[in-house]
Amino acid sequence: MNLWRKLACALLAIVLCASAAANWLAPEGYARQDREAISVPPSRAHWLGTDELGRDRFARVLYGTRISLLLAPAAALLSTLMAALIGGLAGYLGGVWARMAMAVTDLFLSLPWLFLLITTRALMPLNVSPLFSVIVTFLLLGLLGWTTAARILCATAASLRTADFVRQARAAGVRGQRLFWIHVMPNLKPVLYAQFWISIPVFILSEANLGILGLGVAEPMPSWGSLLKELEGLVSVGEEPWKFVPLALLVLVVMSFQFLLSNQEEVAA
Amino acid sequence: MLKKKIAGHLLVLVAIVFVGGLLSATLVRLAPGFDTDEQELDPHLSAESVQALHAARLQDHNILHFYFSYMNRVLHGDLGMSHALDQPVRTLLRDRAPTTMRLLAMGLGLAWIAALALSLSAAWLKNSAYDATSTLLSGTLLCLPAAVLALLSVLWNVPGALAIALIVFPRIYRYARNLLSKSYSLPHIITARAKGLGEGRILFWHVVPGIAPQLLAIAGVSVSMAVGAAIPIEALCGLAGVGQLAWQAALARDLPLLVNITILVTLVTLLANSGADVISFMVRGQES
Repeated sequence: MNLWRKLACALLAIVLCASAAANWLAPEGYARQDREAISVPPSRAHWLGTDELGRDRFARVLYGTRISLLLAPAAALLSTLMAALIGGLAGYLGGVWARMAMAVTDLFLSLPWLFLLITTRALMPLNVSPLFSVIVTFLLLGLLGWTTAARILCATAASLRTADFVRQARAAGVRGQRLFWIHVMPNLKPVLYAQFWISIPVFILSEANLGILGLGVAEPMPSWGSLLKELEGLVSVGEEPWKFVPLALLVLVVMSFQFLLSNQEEVAA
Repeated sequence: MLKKKIAGHLLVLVAIVFVGGLLSATLVRLAPGFDTDEQELDPHLSAESVQALHAARLQDHNILHFYFSYMNRVLHGDLGMSHALDQPVRTLLRDRAPTTMRLLAMGLGLAWIAALALSLSAAWLKNSAYDATSTLLSGTLLCLPAAVLALLSVLWNVPGALAIALIVFPRIYRYARNLLSKSYSLPHIITARAKGLGEGRILFWHVVPGIAPQLLAIAGVSVSMAVGAAIPIEALCGLAGVGQLAWQAALARDLPLLVNITILVTLVTLLANSGADVISFMVRGQES
């Protein structure tokens, strides 16, 4: 592991630990308002100042990081499982199943990712409870993000179908589900792992985009997307630099993932 | 052979637009709140008027009826009315499409020029510091959400086209840099260099023909990336294009408008990808 990867690992570990310890580091919570301190700059009481509703920005960043970093992997897991089932099964079965699955995949892939997300999010009710908005946002990411992975898994499963060890298993009488789960699926694992890790930064960025556009996690619940929405009100970059902390954190986390995933992308390809 | 290829693409295009349209119409039909109309809350409306509004929506209950009547109207040039903006969808799209087209053309042009210039200079210079700097720049841009770039472009008073270029550039750069560095290390290119051929001649006679099909493939994909990026850029930079319209339609849950924009965007991205594929096929045909 080179120095950059070690640094990336350390940074991710620190951010994860800090967000996990949000209850202790910011016991007042993300929604508590301090009406005596509206939009104040950083101080000893509020390390990153407060927002326009008097809520502690440091607490919101910690809790927002927790939501984004917990749910992006959950969405990645869902999308990878869907890709494994749809792409893996289609590739394994071949013929008309593979063609049908790839036609559906092409249909999804023909739409730009952000456009697809916004359109589908708009079909859901917008005035929902904050918790429901978190679930809907990340569920959508998971349900719509399987297509690229499914394509790769379909191709991999199709190549495994004609592999020698699968032919031998078939000749030995192994059929159907047993052949798929015991012989094909384990060999898809490296691609599945790679797709899972690659999806996480993609989903983090997508949630941020949705949040800034007002289609992500609803107030008062924080997420990186909703925290970045604050940048909309800025007049100049140097005016309130502490408002850029969520952005810096997001860039550092996504960059850390990129460093860690540089070899995973080759596996996925 | 080429005609067959084009016909195949057209067939796929028509099929995907039809199926995609049906899928969108189904989602619209099944979406929560389809049966409700804000106008029904208007206290000035009589019970008869509210009843008439209900009746007007009743015929849309059957998904297939809803879709086929919609497609029939589309074929006659009627894209329906936008509920939120109270204007014909056709007029809205006609008014806003030029802004988006201009934005996409300028953004894509800038992104391609910057990506090719940087990746070519990286391949020529073979300077590790230069390569690391350009890779770091593109890597950082890849870590920024498109909407943040849009906000920063507003803050720094930068044109929206530049923001689109900054979103698309790193994806093209990474791909082009890998292609060029692989291409420049091929034995026949090294031989051509050793024999004293000029850099321009090596590039246009030996490198470009080899990587053209792959570059054309990413050209098709880059259109799709730019269309996706147009939504946050137009929405946050206040540019009255189709991207902003899609965002407004999403926020207002203006489903008829969303279905039409979805079909339009699908058509544009599919046409771009099919066009790139056909040109790539022609290039390969000329080579062989």
